[in-house]
Amino acid sequence: MKNTAVLITSEKLMVQDCYDFVQDATCGGIAVFVGTVRNSTKNKEVSLLDFSSYEPMALKEMQKIADLALAKFQIHKIAIHHAVGELRIGDIPVIIAVSSAHRKAAFEACEFAIDTLKETVPIWKKEHFNDGEVWVNSHP
Amino acid sequence: MKIQLLFFGIATDLVGENSIFYELNSEETVLALKKELLLKYSKLKNIDEFAIAVNEEYAEDDLVLKENDVVAIIPPVSGG
Repeated sequence: MKNTAVLITSEKLMVQDCYDFVQDATCGGIAVFVGTVRNSTKNKEVSLLDFSSYEPMALKEMQKIADLALAKFQIHKIAIHHAVGELRIGDIPVIIAVSSAHRKAAFEACEFAIDTLKETVPIWKKEHFNDGEVWVNSHP
Repeated sequence: MKIQLLFFGIATDLVGENSIFYELNSEETVLALKKELLLKYSKLKNIDEFAIAVNEEYAEDDLVLKENDVVAIIPPVSGG
């Protein structure tokens, strides 16, 4: 049985899909983190975010995070889904779901996974404003 | 010796390419290639820093490149 699910897609991400993958009779809890597109950054109004990835490598790095989370925490299953393409305010770029027998491990693994994803997975977002656009994190 | 270079994120915009074949004069380390690329594509200096991935894995500066390696320029990531 596979305990990890990683996905990069240009389709709409579904919270239910991640939930259903990790749900299990042996588990006492499921932690789900849902990233959503915010309407402003540094007090500037955002119109949309454009996500791109180095897909084969991004999938490998996401798989490493999922495997590491399984090794590090007492969890049962983990799903990491990421969207690419143009996302509007309120859309979902990332979902992480973790199930475990006891809740603490699920919370911890979920936080570990999103923190590590933001540091290592080769995915980039370009913020679009009414008066221009900027690649996030790319400038000193 | 030929390698493939891939550019992503802001690097694509700065260099104006997604993917090119690139000729190395000799066996070269990742660090030497980074310096060479900064000379050839001076606009890459506009990025804070960039990492290199070789064949879909992050590479250390002392890794020696081989014929047909796929070398990706990885600007600071911003997923999530």
